[in-house]
Amino acid sequence: MAEAFLIGENMTGGYGKSGPDILHDCTVAVEPGEIAVIVGPNGAGKSTAMKAVFGMLSLRRGAVRLDGEDITALSPQERVRKGMGFVPQNQNIFASMSVEENLEMGAFIREDDIGETMEQVYDLFPILRDKRRQAAGELSGGQRQQVAVGRALMTKPKVLMLDEPTAGVSPIVMDELFDRIIEIARTGLPVLMVEQNARQALAIADKGYVLVQGANAHTGTGKELLADPDVRRSFLGG
Amino acid sequence: MDALNAIVALANFVLVPAIAYGSQLALGALGVTLIYGILRFSNFAHGDTMAFGTMVTVLATWGLQAMGVSLGPLPTALLALPVGILGCMALVLVTDRAVYRFYRAQKAKPVILVIVSIGVMFIMNGLVRFIIGPGDQRFADGERFIVSARTFKDMTGLEEGLAIKTTQGITVITAVIVVALLFWFLNRTRSGKSMRAYSDNEDLALLSGINPDRVVMITWLIVAALATVAGVLYGLDKSFKPFTYFQLLLPIFASAIVGGLGNPIGAIAGGFVIAFSEVTITYAWKKVLGYALPESLEPEGLVQLLSTDYKFAVSFVILLIVLLFRPTGLFRGKAV
Repeated sequence: MAEAFLIGENMTGGYGKSGPDILHDCTVAVEPGEIAVIVGPNGAGKSTAMKAVFGMLSLRRGAVRLDGEDITALSPQERVRKGMGFVPQNQNIFASMSVEENLEMGAFIREDDIGETMEQVYDLFPILRDKRRQAAGELSGGQRQQVAVGRALMTKPKVLMLDEPTAGVSPIVMDELFDRIIEIARTGLPVLMVEQNARQALAIADKGYVLVQGANAHTGTGKELLADPDVRRSFLGG
Repeated sequence: MDALNAIVALANFVLVPAIAYGSQLALGALGVTLIYGILRFSNFAHGDTMAFGTMVTVLATWGLQAMGVSLGPLPTALLALPVGILGCMALVLVTDRAVYRFYRAQKAKPVILVIVSIGVMFIMNGLVRFIIGPGDQRFADGERFIVSARTFKDMTGLEEGLAIKTTQGITVITAVIVVALLFWFLNRTRSGKSMRAYSDNEDLALLSGINPDRVVMITWLIVAALATVAGVLYGLDKSFKPFTYFQLLLPIFASAIVGGLGNPIGAIAGGFVIAFSEVTITYAWKKVLGYALPESLEPEGLVQLLSTDYKFAVSFVILLIVLLFRPTGLFRGKAV
């Protein structure tokens, strides 16, 4: 099988230079047009796995490759320039700046005309077009997440990584956000995300990774995992 | 007539001086607030940065005066101002490279940077006294008044005169221009927006590819310009004495904190709040009240709430009240 577009392979490591290992031989990957979801119980290292892929902690073993290129040694900033878009879980917007300025800052590294990309983001999230002069910090939780995702899309990334995009939003807003994420993936952009709401996330996932204690416990398509009695029993609640 | 006289006296002794002083404080507080917003510490060396920039301007002014260059009715110092700004920029960039950069790399806590800035303050303080001496220097020249009290009385026939000094007029006009330029820069240019983004959310700014070194450098350049302009305007209006500039640190910090640290609009508002309180509380109201009140109520004393010696106490009381009831300042800056 050809190698995945973005893959974090056999990652082992933790925070700091001497911190204990949180990830143990963990592998996550995503293909173009796919949504890959990392789920698992609390403290399983889901967010850590994503941060490892993005270079926010140093790996003791394993490698991260983007489009065949080894990027294990690059800093997060350098990975952004390589085409990785990352939406952190917290503080993922410039709260005091307007929606439009948030998007402009997202495109800071680009030298070309960003107008077209901004239109695409507004088409994807029409509510942001109406609120583009408003300070992002004044928006509702769901709208802030749209700003955060929009900001990451402004770099025209080759892969989009979302750390719990639906944390703290209502179920209705969550469905709406998932719909938008599916829409993004349909344009061919690979989406890798960490999710608390495992059932809903697996329902839209092309590929799912169930992590337990920093290691891959189950891997499969979203449907397979939802149907897997082991997965259901151990953490989907029957 | 009495009502008019009261208004004119009020304008002459309170409004005009307070507006000029407020503009100077606002420019100073803008520098403090920018450093706080971007570099995340309270820069105690700000007063002495102002003194250094002003000193370079004073020296350049004397040079120009010796060469016989003058601006006619305007002070020659305006011509020398760019030299002062450049000198001050050089100073803060060297300081940043030699001192602050080291602590940034260590990710030092803000409180450590505050102590570091106090050290920088002493060095700058010594440097300025060493070069120009600790004494009072006057460098204002050109026309002294836009409107003098005598002309005003002749024009209006009122008993009270209204004097507007050239330096007061220049202060307000310059402050308006500088503030307009600053806000245009912060809100309309890419570099300015990247500064605001960095101040708002440092991690996300880094993720967006904003270069922190560049943001820090631009901030220092702007702060040097603001500090020099504020210092020169203050020096023209009063006089230049290094110790006075060190003391200015107090009302300037009060202005920045009252307005909300890290918030430029707050810094301006804070500057005027502090200036107006200082002037109104230390002003002897006898004259104004004499005109405004009926004869039977005319006050006997000076009706001065506090002696001018205590003017700094005013800044601190306001600071206390604001911090007690609205800890993030009037315009919701960052919590101190």
